[in-house]
Amino acid sequence: MRSFLPIVLSLAPLSALAETALLDWDSILEEAEGQTVYWHAWGGSTATNDFITWLGDKVEDEYGVTLEHVKLTDTADAVTRVLSEKQAGKDDEGAVDLIWINGANFASMKEAGLLFGPWSEGIPNADLVADDEIVASDFGTAVDGLESPWAKAQFVFMYDSADAEPLQSMDALHDWAAENPGRFTFPQPPDFLGTTFLKQALVSLVESPSVLQEPVDQHDFEAVTAPLWAYLDSLQPNLWREGQTYPASGPAQFQLVSDEEIDIAPTLSPSEASTAIANFQLPDSVRTFVPEGGTIGNASFVAIPFNSGSKAGAMVVANAILSPEVQLRQQDPDVLGYGTVLDMDKLSADQAQAFDELELGIATLGPAELGPVLPEPHSSWSAAVEEAWIERYGAD
Amino acid sequence: MGRVFPALAVAVMIGPVLAGLWGAALPAFGHLPSAGFQGPSLIGLQRLIEWRGVVEASVLSVTTGVSATLGSLCIVVLIVSGWSGTMVFTWLQRVLSPLLSVPHAAAAFGLAFLVAPSGWLLRPAALFLGWERPPDMLVVGDPLGLTMTAGLIAKEVPFLLLMTLAALPQADSQKSNLIVQSLGYGRVTGWLKSVFPRVYAQIRLPVYVVLAYSMSVVDVAMILGPTTPPTLSVQIVEWMGSPNLSNRLTAGAGAIWQLVLVLAALLVWRAVERLCACLGRKWAGEGQRDVGDAPARAMGFGFLIFTSGAVLLGLAVVGLWSIAGFWRFPAMVPDTLTLGIWARHSDDLAATVADTFVVAGIAVAIAMILTVGCLETEYRRRRPMTPAAVWLLYAPLLVPQTAFLPGLQTLLLSFGADTGRAPVVFAHLVFVLPYVFLSLGDPWRAWDTRYATTAAAMGASSTRVLVFVRFPMLVRPLLTAIAIGLAVSVGQYLPTLLIGGGRVATLTTEAVALASGGDRRAIGVFAVAQTLAALFPFALALAVPALVFANRRGMHV
Repeated sequence: MRSFLPIVLSLAPLSALAETALLDWDSILEEAEGQTVYWHAWGGSTATNDFITWLGDKVEDEYGVTLEHVKLTDTADAVTRVLSEKQAGKDDEGAVDLIWINGANFASMKEAGLLFGPWSEGIPNADLVADDEIVASDFGTAVDGLESPWAKAQFVFMYDSADAEPLQSMDALHDWAAENPGRFTFPQPPDFLGTTFLKQALVSLVESPSVLQEPVDQHDFEAVTAPLWAYLDSLQPNLWREGQTYPASGPAQFQLVSDEEIDIAPTLSPSEASTAIANFQLPDSVRTFVPEGGTIGNASFVAIPFNSGSKAGAMVVANAILSPEVQLRQQDPDVLGYGTVLDMDKLSADQAQAFDELELGIATLGPAELGPVLPEPHSSWSAAVEEAWIERYGAD
Repeated sequence: MGRVFPALAVAVMIGPVLAGLWGAALPAFGHLPSAGFQGPSLIGLQRLIEWRGVVEASVLSVTTGVSATLGSLCIVVLIVSGWSGTMVFTWLQRVLSPLLSVPHAAAAFGLAFLVAPSGWLLRPAALFLGWERPPDMLVVGDPLGLTMTAGLIAKEVPFLLLMTLAALPQADSQKSNLIVQSLGYGRVTGWLKSVFPRVYAQIRLPVYVVLAYSMSVVDVAMILGPTTPPTLSVQIVEWMGSPNLSNRLTAGAGAIWQLVLVLAALLVWRAVERLCACLGRKWAGEGQRDVGDAPARAMGFGFLIFTSGAVLLGLAVVGLWSIAGFWRFPAMVPDTLTLGIWARHSDDLAATVADTFVVAGIAVAIAMILTVGCLETEYRRRRPMTPAAVWLLYAPLLVPQTAFLPGLQTLLLSFGADTGRAPVVFAHLVFVLPYVFLSLGDPWRAWDTRYATTAAAMGASSTRVLVFVRFPMLVRPLLTAIAIGLAVSVGQYLPTLLIGGGRVATLTTEAVALASGGDRRAIGVFAVAQTLAALFPFALALAVPALVFANRRGMHV
């Protein structure tokens, strides 16, 4: 890596396509062999942790790359780590080789020049990825080859069918909460899912959602978000524990559903509930629904910090993640239930058929039932809404 | 070798603390060049003050810390005054000693599983009354931090109790007890008036340690504490981890503010001590023989059983979760049991256990060498430790972890010593060394030096005396010190997390990371493993001397 990549990088101007073609995959494979890749990824989900362990065995066998999962409580920890290293002038052999990332963390790292690349369009399996807006633009920030997609997610609600019914809209959710106080909650922002719930509410409540695609400083934040705060102010007293505390994360809500503490909770992965049922974490009466008009969706990615000492190994892992075999396994609700980012038309007939035949699980909605995918608001909205929520509700 | 050991020990303990405080002070005063801030400025402080939760978080830090300290001290005083010298007391001592090594995080998980509205304690009521749903009550994470305080008390009582027991002989408690009781004083009243003042002088520093620790604890607060807002220390860690770089200025200011709060609390505590001493003297002089002794005894016993019972029961339920199949409210036990969760985590667990013990083992080995070196130097130079030296020993335990660890992380990075286990070992050493020293110091000094004189008269060198006479005779306290050191290291959360940069995963960091996911089965596996890892060395420390001294009657306990 010392010999080869810096040259590519020094040649690479910011816009990428032509330069990433320079990636000589064979020499990268050669470089990668024997490297250890420290993958900083949120470690709160047993299913994800198991999947990463499985992936680690696979890349070890096939490419001689050792994958170490560094389990984070918050992805921002890894961002901070790279930042501290940059501050301290540590430009090589940093602690982080690969990060599971998207949204504000990506925007923040890209802006601070903490990412290696562009590289993601040059890895072989990038050719199989679906040509999709949510893969090209991460919360309104152009990806520019600095991160490689992993999985697609779409916001859905899970509900215990023994206690609740699917709801048609965010207003219906509000009314249901009023009739069933204490039975709905969402993870506390800045948790990723919690912030996504706020954005979902925002997208369905604002008068013209198109303003959300532009940076927040071009609009009157207070005026645009006023309906959101009115909604939340009225929802708050009917939340679980009257909104005095919130679950720490998405999976933490499973325990609450299982303990009969709540009946409805948001989730970002349409089949996460099916996976949790298989792991005894949720009762088998749990199902999912989406309000009419669709819900916001996004992709999660992997990125390589500028000072990773195992960039070749990290690229090999990113490429392995995009292989049809790995994508098929991750979409299996008994394993992980994350939506694939591959384009079925770009796969072989056998591969496409395998995806087609996958049992999605009892709590997973099919593509038709999921409805339209709404684009994520620009990441500046995300940060602003999150901050405003913390200001209003996070310190009361 | 002269002064090498004491100097090294001080450097190892105090160096990182001072360096870390410096590393926090720079961003606190607006100096963070890499994020584009050139100090000095008051941006950090200003942002801290502008944060809406600052008052509430600071108040929480003080109230939870002070009530946890006061609560555990009261329980310990009631228990020791009311029960020492009885059979019950001997039994309590046996039961409580292992509790000391239960890591804070594991105890907190256990408590959370018990006291939540859908938790184990309320389930019998739910079954009996036919509730289909648990009541919507805020217990875990209550805004006043009461649950968190209870969790801290449950863990600090064993610590203070053992410290008090160690201090009793020096306070000549048995004689005093006899005298005051023969004068007609009740057990509790007599003990409070005669023994307590002398004992308190001995346990003052451990009490301060409990106060400083409880005011700035992070892992227990993350598991049991409130979230809107969280305690100051948790918020500092959140700012440290924020993708918005300028939040590090706020974190630095918060760290300094946390230090100020702890120092202020210590000063106020000291002032109240003096006030109590004044009032106490007057009270002692008034000569009442019995001030509600019987209820006080009963209360002490009740509280102790309640808090320790909660920890033990909580751990049992945590263990049950680690083998639970489907288990829904309000069932008391899981529908099915499975070893699948352990099997699933076994690879992970093995690697984590290995890492945990490598770090703990090296830190404790260094701590033991330094401690024995210091104590032997002290013995050979015939110069006992000065009070100032004792304070130095406690200094790293009195400075809140959240005040100096974030700064230390930044500083270590600038030396390039940021990855791998070595920095984590040294960060652990800051906390392991004082405990090892405190645990070994008294038995070491209490050793009858006439054995050394006899051996020397027979021609043994001082080193030979140390290795062949003193070590074998002190094998029990040596092993206990090692066990305490290992338990301290195993329980460290913040030093491992911040200094290890995530690359060093110990049982504690894994368990707390899993806490955010709320998967009780996985948490159960790691919390049980964490507890076993801390308890196992204690079991060895008990078993090995028993085996080695099987045919040495004089060495039996």
